[in-house]
Order: sequence, then structure tokens, then C-alpha cells
Amino acid sequence: MTVLTHAFTPGPIVASGQVKLTLMAPVARFSLRLRAANIPAVSKAIGVDLATTVGARAANGTTESICLGPDEWLIIAKPDDTETVTNACADVYASATHSLTEVSAREVTVRIEGERASELLTIGCPRDIDSIPVGGGCRTVIDGVTVVLWRDAEQSFRMDIWRSFALHIIDLLCTGCKEFAAE
Amino acid sequence: MLLIHCPYCNQTLPELEFTYAGEAHIARPADPSSVSDEEWRDFLFIRTNVKGPHYERWRHFHGCGRYFNAVRDTVSDRFLITYKTDDPRPELSKLLEKSK
Ligand SMILES: [Zn+2]
Repeated sequence: MTVLTHAFTPGPIVASGQVKLTLMAPVARFSLRLRAANIPAVSKAIGVDLATTVGARAANGTTESICLGPDEWLIIAKPDDTETVTNACADVYASATHSLTEVSAREVTVRIEGERASELLTIGCPRDIDSIPVGGGCRTVIDGVTVVLWRDAEQSFRMDIWRSFALHIIDLLCTGCKEFAAE
Repeated sequence: MLLIHCPYCNQTLPELEFTYAGEAHIARPADPSSVSDEEWRDFLFIRTNVKGPHYERWRHFHGCGRYFNAVRDTVSDRFLITYKTDDPRPELSKLLEKSK
């Protein structure tokens, strides 16, 4: 088991057992807010068809989006694409008013995968994990901390955690892994 | 755990994702400087403190982030309905009829 510090060096945190935890490499993150009328124009600009159901995702290559609220999306992209996304949105701003804020450094992402990944989440997440479809996600809470959960496969999740809470949440997940190992 | 239906997410979710936000349908005076001290006091502080069905605001804090309205029975903790903030205030008699 690796001891994680605030440097958040990407790599394995829990490398073996029924659930593996991996700190993922940095990505570009954007918070996007806009009104329904401007969804088509902004979707076209960033090249992703923004979903309008809360929890639904859409992607185009390495650029991904998840609808977090009726007028709110989270956009994830390769760090190299940061300017592409920013400029594409700026180009349509005059006719499709919106708010795009780069929040790349705000969160770190942990991959949670393995045969008991969904069970591990119940250590602090009150939401019924089974209700999150594969390819969907949600903003929810784990042990009092707001996180965004992406379900990529039946037993593979990404969790975006605000940096200042990340060590606490990751520590909690590690505790769960130890409990599984001790059974 | 209490389960609350968020009208924006259209999902019934655990109470822990939500925060309570006081009585609903309290309109801020359009022109605060023209109201009396008593009227301003009533707007700020005076609430109905209902025993029974209560019109109140909730926020889906750890979710879509939206405020919405609800009618909850303060005795049984049962939610009769939740609705979007711009929806009209539902008639209590109809809600009680429906919940029977
Ligand atoms: Zn919601």
C-alpha cells in the first residue's frame, strides 16, 4: 500500500486484492454553465453532444462530458486540449452565452476497479450504486464530501475528489480495501 | 434513511445528498425600503412553524445543486410532494387526497 501525499503523484495506491485503487494522471477539467437554448451551439463548438439528463454522459474521443445539473456540465479533456476547448467556446460566446471555467487543478481522480468496487463505495456513499448505469455517473457525496462518480464498467469507477478532501477520502477507500483483505 | 425525490434529477435519492432550506413561498418585498419595520421583521423572521404538512425548500446540495420545494409532514417526516421552484404551489387538499 502506497502512502499518498499532497503531491498526488499518479500511480497505484492499492495494487492488488479485490479492489484496486489508482491515482490517475492529471486531465483538463472545465465547469460549463449554460441555458438550454445554447446547448446545440456549445455542443458543436466542443465537439461533444451535451446530454440534458442529469447523470448522462457524452464523449468524443478523449473529450468527455457529464450533465451534473439542469444547466451544468463537467467537461474532461486531455491537458493538451485545454486551449482548444477554451478557444472553441470563446468563439461561439457572442451568439451562445455561457460560462466556461477551467478547474483542472481543483480535483484529482481515483480509479476504483475490481470485483467488489461497487461494494467498496458503500463505505461512505449513501446513493444506491446499482442505480448508476454503466456509462453514466453522478455528483454525490461520500463521507460528507461532494464527489463526481463516473461508472465506466460494471466494476470500474472514476471518482473526482476536490484536492483538499482527497487524502481523507482515499484513506477511507484504503481502509475498505484492507477490510476486504482481512475477511 | 429518508429518501427524497429531486424534481430536477428526477430521481429518488438519500437524504444525505440534500440540505434543508427553510419555509417555501416567502416572497421578498419588491421594494424593501417602502415596507414598515414590522413587515420587514415578518419577512425575515416570522414563519408558520406548522405541525403537519409544511411547504418548505430543500437543496440537492451534493447533486444537481438546485433548490426545490417540498410539502413534508413535520409529524411523520413523510414527503407528500416535491416540485420545481417555478411550479405553482400545490393545493394541500389534493395532496392529502392523493396520499390516502
Ligand atoms: Zn437534483
